[in-house]
Amino acid sequence: MAILDAKIPEGSLAEKWTHYKNSVKLVNPANKKKLDIIVVGTGAAGSSAASALGELGYNVKVFCYQDSPRRAHAIASQGGINATKNYQNDGDSVYRLFYDMIKGGDFRAREANVYRAAEVSSQVIDHYTALGVPFARDYGGSLTNRSFGGVQVSRTFYAKGQTGQQCMLASYSSLNRQISKGTVTMFSRREMLDLVLVDGKARGIITRNLITGELERHSAHAVVLASGGYGTIYYLSTLAIQSNGSAAWKAHLKGALFANPSFAQIHPTSIPQLNEYQSKLTLMSESLRNDGRIWVPKEKNDKRHPNDIPEEDRDYYLERRYPAYGNLVPRDVGSRAAKERCDAGYGVGPTGLAVYMDFRDAIKKQGDKTIEAKYGNLFQLYDTITGINPYKEPMQIYPSAHYTMGGLWVDYNLMTTIPGLYAIGEANFADHGANRLGAASLMQCSGDGYFILPFTISDYMADQIKTPRIPVNLKEFDEAEENVRKRLEKLISINGTQTSTFFHKKLGKIMWDYCGMVRNEEGLKKAAELVKELKHEFWTDLKVPGNLNELNQEIEKAGRVSDFFDLAGLLISDALNRKESCGAHFREESQTPDGEAQRNDDEYLYVAAWEFKGEERPHQLHKEKLKFEEVEVQVRSYK
Amino acid sequence: MKVRLKIWRQENAKAKGAFVTYDFEEVSTEMSFLEMLDALNQKLIKKGDSPIAFDSDCREGICGSCGLYINGRPNGPEKGISTCQLSMRAFKDGDTIYVEPWRAKPFPVIKDLIVDRSAFDKILHACGFISVNTGSAPDGNSILVPKEYSDLAFDSSVCIGCGACVAACKNASAMLFVSAKVSHLALLPQGRPEARERVKNMVMEMDRLGFGNCTNTGACEAECPKEINLTNIARLNREYFTAKIL
Repeated sequence: MAILDAKIPEGSLAEKWTHYKNSVKLVNPANKKKLDIIVVGTGAAGSSAASALGELGYNVKVFCYQDSPRRAHAIASQGGINATKNYQNDGDSVYRLFYDMIKGGDFRAREANVYRAAEVSSQVIDHYTALGVPFARDYGGSLTNRSFGGVQVSRTFYAKGQTGQQCMLASYSSLNRQISKGTVTMFSRREMLDLVLVDGKARGIITRNLITGELERHSAHAVVLASGGYGTIYYLSTLAIQSNGSAAWKAHLKGALFANPSFAQIHPTSIPQLNEYQSKLTLMSESLRNDGRIWVPKEKNDKRHPNDIPEEDRDYYLERRYPAYGNLVPRDVGSRAAKERCDAGYGVGPTGLAVYMDFRDAIKKQGDKTIEAKYGNLFQLYDTITGINPYKEPMQIYPSAHYTMGGLWVDYNLMTTIPGLYAIGEANFADHGANRLGAASLMQCSGDGYFILPFTISDYMADQIKTPRIPVNLKEFDEAEENVRKRLEKLISINGTQTSTFFHKKLGKIMWDYCGMVRNEEGLKKAAELVKELKHEFWTDLKVPGNLNELNQEIEKAGRVSDFFDLAGLLISDALNRKESCGAHFREESQTPDGEAQRNDDEYLYVAAWEFKGEERPHQLHKEKLKFEEVEVQVRSYK
Repeated sequence: MKVRLKIWRQENAKAKGAFVTYDFEEVSTEMSFLEMLDALNQKLIKKGDSPIAFDSDCREGICGSCGLYINGRPNGPEKGISTCQLSMRAFKDGDTIYVEPWRAKPFPVIKDLIVDRSAFDKILHACGFISVNTGSAPDGNSILVPKEYSDLAFDSSVCIGCGACVAACKNASAMLFVSAKVSHLALLPQGRPEARERVKNMVMEMDRLGFGNCTNTGACEAECPKEINLTNIARLNREYFTAKIL
């Protein structure tokens, strides 16, 4: 395996992308029609990429497991989408967004990629507005903004607490336009179960038709994975229950390096787990921290109703510990601070695993109506789930698994280590370092899809114009399909006693307990053993009912959970390897006297990219050294 | 608590379906309705029976995947929620609960409680969008939109495409769904250039796919999990007639 080459263009940070676009190879319109591209996933990244590529004239095939592309989980993103418009005249700029993301990611992201993401952010807003996203507006009719965690300007565009829904539906509408024009062919209720390489290049995928169970072959000149993150490895998370890491994992097994797998974001504000039956956790948007003040009682086990606890008996611990950012500290910091208070015995609610988010002061100052206009749907959502009215008493919240910064390693072109295989959106690792800032995911996904990939993929496609359409009867497709079939048959023939859900819950608990917000060497080693044992149990005692040649939701789950066992092993290895704390990765052994994350830049200023070397063999670590040319690597402080 | 469930089981699109009765005793009021079905499925699998197939994904009322006909109403007895947001608190110990898939000709059953709603996608392929190519948009603030219209457009845009409106309607009409998209885009200046073509194409496609007519019963509005209102249908009619006449 060659040394990782990020292919970062020459020139100063502000010039790189412009230079790149000016010099990238192009494909003429007549040739584009002869070139096929597969896109897997239809979220903000996949839908935008597929529609932008379709507009250019490529022949695009898009796949999603849902019944409609509109249902991808970008739909559930709530708070907003960042852009450097500086409409608020508060000093924002491309450089500031870039710097906030680099710092927010605790100096573990690649400068050039992050700068580019900030650079295209304004175009994303323009495009979404033109597509009809009803972003919040002032009475004069212009777009308005709010603030988000980890920043001191207001650059977040929003549509109430449903910004993701609106951006998702807009990118879905642009996808629909291309479907109607025939440039894009949509394959829904399909799950990618393998990647097909021909002569070392990504040339196709094997999918399972989730209605008939049939295995299908699809070929293309390039494959784009926009398959999202793997946060459901924790079982309970804010993700959709079917979100999974399998597409990325299959690509990894075929040679794509997996970067920083242990960087998983635990979001500070979700509705706490209420019972053991729970199938998912619901997020309460970070935007609420603009007006919600977070506190716990100053006394342990204070059982008074929160409204009866007077001001002097409340500990607004974020405002106390981080006066400069207060309730708007980044997510990793906010989550750990909540865990610290609860572990110390100050937590509230029936389990003691919750803190208050209180809107009393904001309502007093701004009135019910203003608060309703900003967060109405979120308050209603909270009320529906908990039966508590947040206009009258504080919400109870607790951290939960949310987003994975880690993902497939990509270079500046967003290409993985497999030629012709691209990864965009949450599926790649590139832009968020060790912690993602709020409202930066919709921004990155849409930027990757609409404004970055269409340029970078042309550099590769220009060399494919002499390659005729790839036939699907090649032996590589035969082999891949056969392997998929064998694995499915193996899963269904175990005929044990426990369901996939049973194993998934147990795996999630191990990961949450030992590889969640706080990690240490002993715990991680224990987790590695526990995962290994549970994996063995899974492969000997799993029960999958029904047949393969029919709609069978249990075989779908079994496949995803089986991949999570392998990904969990790698996630733990990565967490063990990184003996420092950075961003969301908090190693207890590595903290400052006041409990903040302690980085070790001398030894760990790199991206850990892992290579699969075969079953039962350890992964090989490759390091991409991070070079910071424009920013000074500093201690990340929000005090 | 315990409940008696009468659930529609149908092996595939061609098979003949029927209600099957399940007495389920391990129900907690803390479960959501779908978590109750999850728990029942776990039990069925362990017993060697086939689990009940149903769609769901985000489980927070926004993706629109789920949607069941519960005791004769889309999404059950509560107002303004999707099925995944329905809690077992809404039921009493000893209740009998009928669970069916959406019933509408344009939404054929695939298996058990899963239906094919691809007709909704097809309607949107017929100009349910604004034609703008990537890269050609003007600055966001160069299009000023009165807040009043922007807010109205937002109210129409929140449709989750679940199909409850069609399932609720005795005519299996998709007017609320179509009108929400037509309204969302017609209320914004960005959407005006194509407004006439859009409304004509979408209505034509809706008719072609076999959705029925609107007879102003209002069941769609009453059952919409996002509480999209009938004004949208009035606006659709106005847009449609204007487009036809002018």
